[in-house]
Amino acid sequence: MNDVMPAGQIGRSLPRVEARAKVTGRAEYIHNLRLPGMLYAKIARSTIPHGRIKRIDASAAAAMPGVHSVVTGEDILKVIPEPYFGPAFHDQPILALGKVRFAGEPVAVVLAEDPKIAETASQQISIDYEELPAVYDEVEALTSTAYVHEALKPAGMFADLKHLAGKRDTNVALDYHLRRGDVDKAFAAADHVFEHVFRTPQQMHTPLEPHCAIADATSAGITVHSSTQTPSSVRVEIARLTGLPENRVRVRTAFLGGGFGAKVYVKMEALAVALSLLARRPVKVALTMEEQFFTISKHGSTFRIKSAVTKDGRITARYCEVIYNGGAYADIGPRVAQKSGFSAAGPYDIEHVAIDSFETYTNRPTAGALRGFGMPQLVWAYECHTDMIARALGLDPVEFRRKNLLRDGLPQATGTVLRDTATDAVLDRIVQRIGWGQPFDRGGGTIRRGRGIAIGMKASISPTTSVATIAVSADGSATLYCGTVDMGQGSTTALAQIAAEALSLDAEAVRVVAPDTDTTPYDMGTLGSRSTFHMGHAVRRAAEEVRGKLAAMAAEAGVPAGTNLPIAEIFRRKYGMQAGTIVGSGSFVPDYVPPNHDTGLTPNATPYWMSGGSGVEVEVDTETGQLRILRLVNVADCGTPINPKIVETQLTGAAVMQLGFTLSEEMVFTDGQLRNPNFADYKIPGIRDMPERLDGEAVASRQESGPYGAKGVGETGTFGVSPAIANAIEDAVGVRITELPITPEAVLRAIRAAAGDPLGDE
Amino acid sequence: MSEVSAAPRTLRFTLNGHAAECTVAPHETLVDVLRDRFALGGPRESCGQGLCGCCTALVNGAAVSGCLYLAAFADGAEIVTVEGLAAGDTLSPVQEAFIEAGAFQCGFCTPGFILMTTQLLKEHSDPSDDQIRHYLSGNLCRCGTYPQIIEAVKLAARKLNAA
Ligand code: FES
Ligand code: FES
Repeated sequence: MNDVMPAGQIGRSLPRVEARAKVTGRAEYIHNLRLPGMLYAKIARSTIPHGRIKRIDASAAAAMPGVHSVVTGEDILKVIPEPYFGPAFHDQPILALGKVRFAGEPVAVVLAEDPKIAETASQQISIDYEELPAVYDEVEALTSTAYVHEALKPAGMFADLKHLAGKRDTNVALDYHLRRGDVDKAFAAADHVFEHVFRTPQQMHTPLEPHCAIADATSAGITVHSSTQTPSSVRVEIARLTGLPENRVRVRTAFLGGGFGAKVYVKMEALAVALSLLARRPVKVALTMEEQFFTISKHGSTFRIKSAVTKDGRITARYCEVIYNGGAYADIGPRVAQKSGFSAAGPYDIEHVAIDSFETYTNRPTAGALRGFGMPQLVWAYECHTDMIARALGLDPVEFRRKNLLRDGLPQATGTVLRDTATDAVLDRIVQRIGWGQPFDRGGGTIRRGRGIAIGMKASISPTTSVATIAVSADGSATLYCGTVDMGQGSTTALAQIAAEALSLDAEAVRVVAPDTDTTPYDMGTLGSRSTFHMGHAVRRAAEEVRGKLAAMAAEAGVPAGTNLPIAEIFRRKYGMQAGTIVGSGSFVPDYVPPNHDTGLTPNATPYWMSGGSGVEVEVDTETGQLRILRLVNVADCGTPINPKIVETQLTGAAVMQLGFTLSEEMVFTDGQLRNPNFADYKIPGIRDMPERLDGEAVASRQESGPYGAKGVGETGTFGVSPAIANAIEDAVGVRITELPITPEAVLRAIRAAAGDPLGDE
Repeated sequence: MSEVSAAPRTLRFTLNGHAAECTVAPHETLVDVLRDRFALGGPRESCGQGLCGCCTALVNGAAVSGCLYLAAFADGAEIVTVEGLAAGDTLSPVQEAFIEAGAFQCGFCTPGFILMTTQLLKEHSDPSDDQIRHYLSGNLCRCGTYPQIIEAVKLAARKLNAA
């Protein structure tokens, strides 16, 4: 193939390829899509957290003008006889059948010509229940006799969950255990033992484009337009539910108005499909912001962590008990508990490690993946714990970390050896940028300042598959077909850069087709920061195949090897005119060894590790508990950044999001009823909540096993923020917060309690 | 919906520079009318509470939350959505600045931020940090692109002042 065009596409801070469409309001979102003859669905939801459905009276709703029909779980059975879905467990009914398991669960649907009519009618459905005892807290769920499900129903997708099938009388959906060395012996022999408990609340992704799916079922098959992060996985699941072959199910998406894990696997698609099968018309299920809170969320958690430490500050043993609150349905929660379980002991070199990680069912809205797959909850705990140990031993928190850091080439707790993991560089850069160890204005009187840092490390997703196809047209232009969904992370741009680099083109010359299972090949999903690495490899391989075919075509057409002839000319020589297409495809499946069932150990837990951390400087008003973030620097190891500007924006953006999870966001419940499913009462960060200075930085590093040295970065920026802030608060005012969110009230209570003058109850 | 019986009324207004007309019921919001009657995708309903700014439109130059603003109030007004900012293929300086500063990720909030910035720069050609934060405090970006948005506003101000 010709090499006229220079490469050099890697490391280019190209503006997003869809930038013009986004600033002119023309970018396509499924939110904006309307189909001719479309009906609108509005969901009537359970008003109780746990109970049997005794009666559904929809007569008043059905009689309203403009209402097409009212659909209940029983009606769904007519078109989908086994209407239970879920990526890890087949436990979630499309509409409640017999029972409801959380307040807010979909029970019935009104279909109408107009969304306002559907909404009004949905309020006319009356449902009678017989209430059942409920359980809300993850720790209580372990021993409660209020069971959310009768029996566990693992799906076939993940082989290592099969042994759970049919297990009864438990709220533990999955337990993962890791045993390395002999922790009991190490604790018995330890100079010091520290034990702390940390908690995080249930929180929500709140993508600004709420979940939206439009299904159109005809005799030829089913088309689903969905704001999904996982078109291929949705197709597989819809095919299973409907009994259709995959090629009769088409799932397509457009740009997503945010995802953050909220839009992985089936969410509204199965309902939209069932409704369209019943109505024989296209049906749109578009959620409101409020309804998103009842659809998916981030796990609340309780993490008990215990460490054995020598006099001179070496951690010799660590025990981690992590209990995730999974809500009423498993979603991807069991994988969160297992995958994050690998890394629960943190980026430290510890000889004896024991980890017990539990995914529990409770009568709350379902929890799934949110930007880190459990890691932000874990890093929150282990980095607060690490700081508390350092302070108790009178050691500098940075030096204490350095002394125990898990460096490249050493085995992580699972036994998987770190390769190209620049955690030490991440720590060094945070230290430099925040000016750790240098004097600063610590304030005085009622205004106190302090600094804190934190680091974390996450395994990637394995085993998973990505496939890509590249077509080169007769004029030499290239089109990339891949299922990676651009939800704001810039994958369209980054993958165009990778394809262009491999094809010796400019990234601008590569067109990336939006995910559509009719044209784009299988990809497991856009999640877990996997696309740059996994899809990046598939794209690179597809490009290599294209190059090989172009070279063969050139040879066939009598073009001498190494020529500078433009691609278009090679096509012309071969076909005699501007005609023909060359198609190359590539796939990538990383190696993976499932963890040993008894020890949880594996020599290959992940194809790569992602490290990230934060340094912050805070100011605390000791009279009010008010907190100001003066500085926040977020540093990550993402290998070689494909597009440095987009990477930096990801890192500052993740910091902003995690600031919300740290300082204000909490789904508040009373007796299982969510009290704040809206932006007035659930406060996400606005422009006024920005730190005075916020920076993102990728350290110089290279993941040799990655495409052009790259690896993922979408989640990394969330790791260090929360514990760094809590650590800085302790540095400033000497109190320790162990539960998120860190509200002014929480800070003030801690300050007053430490002063022996506690605040009363509300 | 028999209880909503108030008579529909016909509105005439200017939409992105063109005369427009439509008949609306009294309860219909501006964002619904712009989307449903005029097939505009720039204004988007997200929070539905006037808190996120995704549904922003300029009514006589002032940004309003289209999810709360009743369409009936738009009678006789001059309405601009993000679709009306570019002149043909030429982007407005604010749009250009948002691209150059990389001031969006998913882009769902972007029309609202661009419209609010357009109003801000009309009223303050060289806005202070505080003015920027004040004007943009009613717009939310869940992707957390605020630092780059602030940069874009300043860049847009420089572009406008240079022009
Ligand atoms: S949708 Fe109108 S302000 Fe949020
Ligand atoms: S860019 Fe995604 S919400 Fe602002």
